[in-house]
Amino acid sequence: MKILINTGSSVVGFFQETGKISIFIVHIFKAAFSRWYLKNIFTQLLSIGYLSLPVVALTSFFTGGALAIQIYYGGNQFNSEIIVSSIVALGITRELGPVLGGIVVAGRVSAAIAAELGTMKVTEQIDALKTLSTDPFEYLVLPRVIAGIIALPILVGFADIIGIMGGWLVGVQSLGFNGTAYLQNTEIFLDSKDIISGLIKASAFGFIITLMGCFHGFHSKGGAQGVGKSTMNAVVSSSILILATNYIMTNLLFVS
Amino acid sequence: MIEIKNLNKKFQDNNVLKNLNIKIKKGESAVVIGQSGTGKSVMLKCLLGLINPDKGSIRINNKEIYDKNLKYINKNNTKIGMLFQGGALFDSLPIWKNVSFTALQEKVSEKKCKIKSEQTLEKVGLGPEVLNLFPSELSGGMQKRVALARAIFPEPDIIFFDEPTTGLDPITADVINNLILDRVKELGATALTITHDMASARTIANKIYMLHEGNIIWDGNVNELETTDNKFILQFIKGESIGPIGLHNN
Repeated sequence: MKILINTGSSVVGFFQETGKISIFIVHIFKAAFSRWYLKNIFTQLLSIGYLSLPVVALTSFFTGGALAIQIYYGGNQFNSEIIVSSIVALGITRELGPVLGGIVVAGRVSAAIAAELGTMKVTEQIDALKTLSTDPFEYLVLPRVIAGIIALPILVGFADIIGIMGGWLVGVQSLGFNGTAYLQNTEIFLDSKDIISGLIKASAFGFIITLMGCFHGFHSKGGAQGVGKSTMNAVVSSSILILATNYIMTNLLFVS
Repeated sequence: MIEIKNLNKKFQDNNVLKNLNIKIKKGESAVVIGQSGTGKSVMLKCLLGLINPDKGSIRINNKEIYDKNLKYINKNNTKIGMLFQGGALFDSLPIWKNVSFTALQEKVSEKKCKIKSEQTLEKVGLGPEVLNLFPSELSGGMQKRVALARAIFPEPDIIFFDEPTTGLDPITADVINNLILDRVKELGATALTITHDMASARTIANKIYMLHEGNIIWDGNVNELETTDNKFILQFIKGESIGPIGLHNN
């Protein structure tokens, strides 16, 4: 009986949360047709995009290098120069660049947004905004969401280049490949669709990361502990949603 | 003028406000006192449109602020100022931008905003040296003054104060009380303060209301506080644990 009650309440809780997120998204869309705080958007672009660049670049660089080693030693070493360069390029642009970039940014940005908005919520700063005739969705949420949608594809674009360079560096320095041939093979095997699909995914991930950060921050309750909990929920939910969305988008972009 | 009629608000099984009625005349400074958890903050949040009531009506300057479906209508032209309990200053903005926030949103030039911020801060006893500081660089009392400056910046017709002296030492609390009194008189504004600080209530109020279990159980002017035989008021003023007011579990 207890199992049934627990299962039932979990299902109800899931639908309640989904409903709340849907309403939150509707508010964001409404805000999108109202005032745009361009200064806030620019500030968020710097915070989400520019300041995340080092961590995304490092992640991508080492992933590209590790991928090259794995393919070289894990597969047939005959014609490996072609195989390694093409799989590194495809792997980075289609999957690893957007997904790893998204998850790394989720850890950094989603947590920061949830903590900032959560603190604003529990210290009544969001209520204060409303009493000062300012819509918090227009002033706080929309700039972050727009910045996320714009910044993530740019970050992933850099991640793609740096990841491929990581693979190239390992290929040339450790595996004895010819540098020019490696880059030529990368160019031959890489299609614009591979890059664009990764950037489209990145845009969706930017939306997810900022949405989850804002949503959990806005629903923070009960002081420091509540803010901590919402920060954790923001990172966990955005990471899971990124992986699930990646699967769905991969199906949509490559299978159909 | 603020008129609350039969206001009800329930959270799950907890009836916080039960047919609450208050009428505050124009220019009056009303103070609502009461134990923690009796619904003072909920009433204030309903007045500000931060929480929608379940039933009843609120009229500000003869205009309903909720429609028939009890949805907040943000079309009242009355200028309202609000001083939050913790100040609620925006910690990412310098003091002058906090004070002139509304004007900056209306795209008034930064230069004009900074000048008016300086003038407003002067009214609450703060000098130009705080203009470019951030809220975290100020003491609790100074933050309250900045929050008061932000509340009076647009020269509001109505000002709400939520526990203005909570967390302050008695001397700073008295400074804040006198500032509130002077600024409200200067603006000719209608003021509503919620507090459980009796010293604050005695300084600020023209009229005092006692809220208990979601309803007004006593109202009168400050002098009547000293002569009343209302057991609730007497217990509250004396701060005694024994009396008709039990410990609130909310």
